[in-house]
Amino acid sequence: MKDAFGLPQSLLILGGTSEIALATARRLITRRTRAVWLAGRPSPRLEQAAEGLRALGADVRTVAFDALDPESHEAVLGKVFAEGDVDMVLLAFGILGDQARDEREPANAVRVAQTNYTGAVSAGLVSARALQTQGHGSLVVLSSVAGERARRSNFIYGSSKAGLDAFAQGLGDALHGTGVHVMVVRPGFVRSRMTAGLDEAPLATTPEAVAAAVEGGLRRRAETVWVPGALRLVMSAMRHVPRAVFRRLPV
Amino acid sequence: MPAETVSVTGWGRTAPTTARLIRPRTYEEAVAAVRGCGARGGIPRGLGRAYGDAAQNAGGAVLDMTGLDRIHAIDAADGTVLCDAGVSLHRLMQVLLPLGWFVPVTPGTRYVTVGGAIGADIHGKNHHVSGSFSRHVLSLELLTADGGVRTVERDTPLFDATTGGMGLTGVILTATIRLHPVETALMQVDTERAADLDDLMARLTTTDHRYRYSVAWIDLLARGAATGRAVLTRGDHAPLEALPKAARARRDPLAFRPSRLPAAPAFLPEGLLTRRTVGLFNALWYRRAPRARAGELQRIPAFFHPLDGVPHWNRVYGRSGFVQYQFVVGYGREETLRRIVHRISERRCPSFLAVLKRFGDADPGWLSFPAPGWTLALDIPAALPGLDAFLDGLDEEVAAAGGRVYLAKDSRMRPDLLAAMYPRLSDFRALRQELDPRGVFMSDLARRLTL
Repeated sequence: MKDAFGLPQSLLILGGTSEIALATARRLITRRTRAVWLAGRPSPRLEQAAEGLRALGADVRTVAFDALDPESHEAVLGKVFAEGDVDMVLLAFGILGDQARDEREPANAVRVAQTNYTGAVSAGLVSARALQTQGHGSLVVLSSVAGERARRSNFIYGSSKAGLDAFAQGLGDALHGTGVHVMVVRPGFVRSRMTAGLDEAPLATTPEAVAAAVEGGLRRRAETVWVPGALRLVMSAMRHVPRAVFRRLPV
Repeated sequence: MPAETVSVTGWGRTAPTTARLIRPRTYEEAVAAVRGCGARGGIPRGLGRAYGDAAQNAGGAVLDMTGLDRIHAIDAADGTVLCDAGVSLHRLMQVLLPLGWFVPVTPGTRYVTVGGAIGADIHGKNHHVSGSFSRHVLSLELLTADGGVRTVERDTPLFDATTGGMGLTGVILTATIRLHPVETALMQVDTERAADLDDLMARLTTTDHRYRYSVAWIDLLARGAATGRAVLTRGDHAPLEALPKAARARRDPLAFRPSRLPAAPAFLPEGLLTRRTVGLFNALWYRRAPRARAGELQRIPAFFHPLDGVPHWNRVYGRSGFVQYQFVVGYGREETLRRIVHRISERRCPSFLAVLKRFGDADPGWLSFPAPGWTLALDIPAALPGLDAFLDGLDEEVAAAGGRVYLAKDSRMRPDLLAAMYPRLSDFRALRQELDPRGVFMSDLARRLTL
């Protein structure tokens, strides 16, 4: 169960090798979290991630989960929830893709969309129903500022996050009053494996900063969290920039 | 039987979860509710005054027992009452005071049910004289997980597991309670101030035995030399001869006249209770109290239940709610108490409801909270930064000193400290396993702490 401060005792991470997710898990383990499920494609990296969290004293289990195989989500996640309550689900899988190549090879672009959006719709709905049955829990969805307004430089990724973000907001409204809390997290540029080699955007942040923001959001039962917080203001201005101008902005 | 899905929290208004709320009005309906409460179980609930998550059950059933509120029999000669578990102490006072009887134990609110009083094995300002509520329970009827109803007598394992058992052994249906005789509905109260913590502890230690009821309000925002300054209010039921000859009260000495102020508004901004506002309140409250005043006559609500005058006072803590922290450390562990009071003072927790009192002998409830020693209770806004880690630190000091935290108030404790605090926990778990193997009785508290 979560405690009076909204901090979970058990955690399910969808996308178990995500650096943001693991930073969040590490942070929550120093608070109340004792049990962690890492869901992802079986790999040495997933096992390594589990080892890392075990070293912090948590009881960590891994489960084979593939965002691109929505047919399997019900069965896979059903097994996790059958083992006991999950106080928080962190939906953290997602791929950035390679914009230039994906524009040339639509099959690759579709893969980005299927992972980030279709997979999330499926896993999000399955998790939401399980949380609703247990009458409590938080579903934390890692969105991105890239979904707030599509940019020339990464609109394939951005559009998939835009879809995910809209889906998560709607899901949050649908679950309002059911005891399940949906929180959308919108980080800016995060220095991580995913963005290695890319030019840093202004207001760049770290997985640890996102983790801290997630914890803060849980405490406040927030519905939306921007990381860093200043992005809320920046993006509300950006939304209103005319397209002809936006197109030429160096973002 | 009506059932609706609702969001439930404790009095502290933290950690809401949803459950099916069922309101049985007959014993048969209660049996049916227990039999049909489903895979996630059920938990009885009274008037929702437990601060934490003891009477909520995410995804399962919550049995609102306030519909079962009959008083079956009063033995006015012998001073006992047989009543349903859903009867409130408020109602008992209304009915019993005119007959010259008072409830044996009352907490800081009258709006608790008899079932809740037994389930949390509550204590009052008279613990050092009268023990906890269960000491005055002669027997009770318990609806258990198999759907059967058992009569539970004193000095049995089931009685000791149920008193303080947080509703997890079954649903209490009725109880027979021994009452305390009174001549009037007024209290005769002595008030004095203590300049600091040592002064306070010395006064309580040397003179507490002279009073049936005793409590100290302590200013935890005072620092330096004034750390632990307090106002002591102690007294007993006023005898008839203590009432002034001409007073109206003389004509009707047993009249119970509670008054209520308007409720706190439903929506209050966050951050109303800051260090500054609470510090100001505390300073005024301390100075307002007389240095020493003896034999003042007070009404029962003013002496026992000042906050009951403001319905929904818990709303002043805003959306994030508040945490109540209450622990006990044994006599001889005064150093721990001093250290904790100093830590709270230095931490500047904006707490205006901090209470210190001395417990007497413990009662046998396995998860019963009171034990001989010092108990401190305080309210803190849940939104205070770093509060969770701070209270974890206090828990560790309490556990290391052989003390414990009160489960009826808890909403945040680390589960691994529980066994150290409650040595009979394994007995409780074993009895529950035998009595309720399928886990029919379940609460968020039980899940959080694996009770």
